[in-house]
Amino acid sequence: MFGEIESLLTVLTFVPTLGALVIAVLRFTTRPENQDITDRNSRAVAFWTTIITFGISCLMLWEFDPSISGFQMIHEVTWLEQIGLGYRMGVDGISVLFVMLTTFLMPICILASGAIKNRVADYMIAFLLLETLMIGVFTALDLVLFYIFFEGGLIPMFIIIGVWGGQNRVYAAFKFFLYTLFGSVLMLVAMIFMFLEAGTTNIITLLDHPFDIDVQNWLWLAFFASFAVKMPMWPVHTWLPDAHVQAPTAGSVILAGVLLKMGGYGFLRFSLPMFPNASDYFAPLVFALSIIAIIYTSLVAFRQTDIKKLIAYSSVAHMGFVTMGLFAMNETGVQGAIFQMISHGFISGALFLCVGVIYDRMHTREIAFYGGLVHRMPVYAAIFALFTMANVGLPGTSGFVGEIMTMVGAYQVSWWIATGAAAGVILSAMYMLTVYRNVVFGEMTNPKLETITDVDMKEAGMLGILAIATLVLGVSSTLVTDVTAASVYNLISNYQAALEAAAAQ
Amino acid sequence: MTADMLSQEISLLLPEILLAGGAMVLLMLGVFMEGERATRLVYTLSILALIGAALLALFGTGGEGTAFGGAFVFDPLAKFSKVAIALVAALTLTLALPYLDMEKLLKIEYPILAILAATGMGMMVSANDLISMYMGIELQSLALYVLAAFNRDSLRASEAGLKYFVLGALSSGLLLYGASLVYGFTGATGFEEIAQAVAAGPTVGLTFGLVFVICGLAFKVSAAPFHMWTPDVYEGAPTPVTAFFATAPKFAAIVLLARILVEPFGGMIDQWRDVVWMIAALSMGVGAFGALTQTNIKRLLAYSSISNMGYALVAVASGSQTGLWALLVFMSLYMVGVVGAFGAVLSMRTKEGMVENISDLAGLAQRNPGLGWSITALMFSIGGLPFMVGFFGKFFVIYSAVQADLIILSVLAVLFSVVSAAYYLRVVKVMWFDSSDIEFVPSAMSIYWVTRMAGLATVLLLPVLGWLVYRAFSVGLATF
Repeated sequence: MFGEIESLLTVLTFVPTLGALVIAVLRFTTRPENQDITDRNSRAVAFWTTIITFGISCLMLWEFDPSISGFQMIHEVTWLEQIGLGYRMGVDGISVLFVMLTTFLMPICILASGAIKNRVADYMIAFLLLETLMIGVFTALDLVLFYIFFEGGLIPMFIIIGVWGGQNRVYAAFKFFLYTLFGSVLMLVAMIFMFLEAGTTNIITLLDHPFDIDVQNWLWLAFFASFAVKMPMWPVHTWLPDAHVQAPTAGSVILAGVLLKMGGYGFLRFSLPMFPNASDYFAPLVFALSIIAIIYTSLVAFRQTDIKKLIAYSSVAHMGFVTMGLFAMNETGVQGAIFQMISHGFISGALFLCVGVIYDRMHTREIAFYGGLVHRMPVYAAIFALFTMANVGLPGTSGFVGEIMTMVGAYQVSWWIATGAAAGVILSAMYMLTVYRNVVFGEMTNPKLETITDVDMKEAGMLGILAIATLVLGVSSTLVTDVTAASVYNLISNYQAALEAAAAQ
Repeated sequence: MTADMLSQEISLLLPEILLAGGAMVLLMLGVFMEGERATRLVYTLSILALIGAALLALFGTGGEGTAFGGAFVFDPLAKFSKVAIALVAALTLTLALPYLDMEKLLKIEYPILAILAATGMGMMVSANDLISMYMGIELQSLALYVLAAFNRDSLRASEAGLKYFVLGALSSGLLLYGASLVYGFTGATGFEEIAQAVAAGPTVGLTFGLVFVICGLAFKVSAAPFHMWTPDVYEGAPTPVTAFFATAPKFAAIVLLARILVEPFGGMIDQWRDVVWMIAALSMGVGAFGALTQTNIKRLLAYSSISNMGYALVAVASGSQTGLWALLVFMSLYMVGVVGAFGAVLSMRTKEGMVENISDLAGLAQRNPGLGWSITALMFSIGGLPFMVGFFGKFFVIYSAVQADLIILSVLAVLFSVVSAAYYLRVVKVMWFDSSDIEFVPSAMSIYWVTRMAGLATVLLLPVLGWLVYRAFSVGLATF
């Protein structure tokens, strides 16, 4: 129906920027004494912008043909053509769901920002800019364009953590920014090298470009430096707990829900298809790091006294499943990894929202402060229970599908990798159930909790939507796997072909 | 020489003639028409003269070629540089007027010295002979020494002027010594003749002379290890003078250095590349680490300029066509950021007077969102972070380095860019995360607009970046 709109992806990417501009105009044209009106208006503008963006992305999904393995809805504009850089957008089965995840989580983030009372307009501008940059990461089909979106996201996130974050926000914001920047700059050099080697930055062309096997290892390592930090993988994960704990609730949701997925997406888009031989060579390293991440960070999570920090470490563990599934490089593993990323986007986002609910009421995240919430907040207890179970990977929730698929994928490579991951599942049950018990059940001993109120309509609505998403995906996983199947099959067959070609030499 | 040929040669110099003649006329005007109105008139006319020179360089000269027995060349490289230099000099002059007015420094000598310096820079980028090169350098340097000490009642400004003069004289000596060695070993001062001698095979003496020339010019671009004067002079000199120092002279000197290395000494790339490699890496490192502990924003920008000159030298070190156009794009985008940044420094005025500490910016994003947002964009742009245009400057520089197989240098460049991101972020942090009750008084019209426009330009230039790259690209094509 809308097939002729070839610039659909560009529109989708830049609609949030447009919203940000509207808010900026409002912001700069109102007098300081009327700033509260602007604040109210900017909330509305931001919310409706994200809703419209979600609508456009649904249109994109409608137009998307899952039977095609290549890129669709390609939009090209000449830009810096003298040296071969271009503006190119497009989606395939791998990226389309990440775009959906982003646009789906954004309205929830805007709604979850009710506790933000100061400088609301700036906050909304930062979030809308961030949305443009996140969608851009998943739709860019040009190396340099990808890098711009990938790195540009640091700037709004730096400001979001630093201005609206918790006690130790400055340290967390700097650590977040410099850590991820440090990882990415090496990727930039590798990208320039690839550009000179292949003569283009067009990702579609680069996917077919056979890079020299000796060079591949270096390029792979440079990309790995960036994606491993972003993912984050053990041992470069230490920025994440700080950033998560200090970020405002919506910032944590978007950080866990989307920004962490950029690392996994990067592996899928660059490392695996472009450097297959290097990926094969380094796969044992990735498996080792993944298993360490799953077990070690689960144990660390168990010892946390801060709920947000616990969920942050749990995110690192769950991302371990993703890297494990990706580098298993069979259909089940890769499909499972993509599924796990989408599902983790919902579950961890919902868990951070759950923390946000009680944090907004009590202004503390200490586990010891709480206890016996079920007596005052029955609805909250039920919702929190659902997401706790989903995070543990209980069958029927989306968490189960992702974990089981990645483990089956890994099992085909080596049984002890799957065993290590299975140990992680048990550990995740251990820490999640413990924290749930300590926060929700037991006697209410803290008198300050006597007046705590249950979730209101807005909170219940946001969490309810995420709960439905988690359950629906848990029951009918084909909703995701059907979309990704063709592209993943294509990815794997090219990968195998490259390995066989190298072996034949 | 026929009259025809003479007029043809003269026409190549029209921008410089306009500036030099304009300086004389304006001097007379200022001296004979005393009073404040005359001074303001001289300022306005000076800005117009600079814009006129840019237009003349763009459209007014009779084509390209060399003049005066090959001592002066007007080629695409010179054209591009002259337009950039004249425009940025005009911009910094518009920034200077309200400042000098407030500080009771409104004297006619300021714009005239700036014009004379711009004339010198025009000569530098057109130099095609060691002698005309030296004359150009000295003309701009002498004017700049005086400008540095323009606020003669201020101890710090006098110190800055003296320091700049002594070290500048030393560097001129080194340069002159190098030039004389080159002359001694080649028997020529013209760049074409030197190129022929170099093509016959480099000698030790020639290399020796070349290294001295590079050192002399490294002083002018404030590259490490010849950077010591920069923070003190930047801090001591009046702020608009610092803004001028950080932009046009740097551009002229780096273009001159690129021309010398590529044209007469292109055949000795193996000899000079290691030298440039080393000073590029040192500059990036010194600039990145030196700025981390600065509390004064002008000193911070001084270190930032040292590190950015390191990036420019990376492009020079690649010694290729790509390196040349990358250098031009990088320097142009960098100057946009720097002019805006100094506009921001000039906006830092409280009721008691100018303030220069980074901590004085605290809470700016909230109190004065327009200025706060502009500085944020400018800092990210100078730091070379996406999605500001400054990123593309650095991107092309690293692109040229990777193309020239300078992989280690490009890895160093990106790693130092992470270190320097830390101090640009610190400025942003102070503005956004901290709070204070320092209230800035509204800044003058020109400062207000230059800062805002430069801040906007860091993003709005993105779609038209192709045009700038195209201009620089054709310069690169014509030079090689």
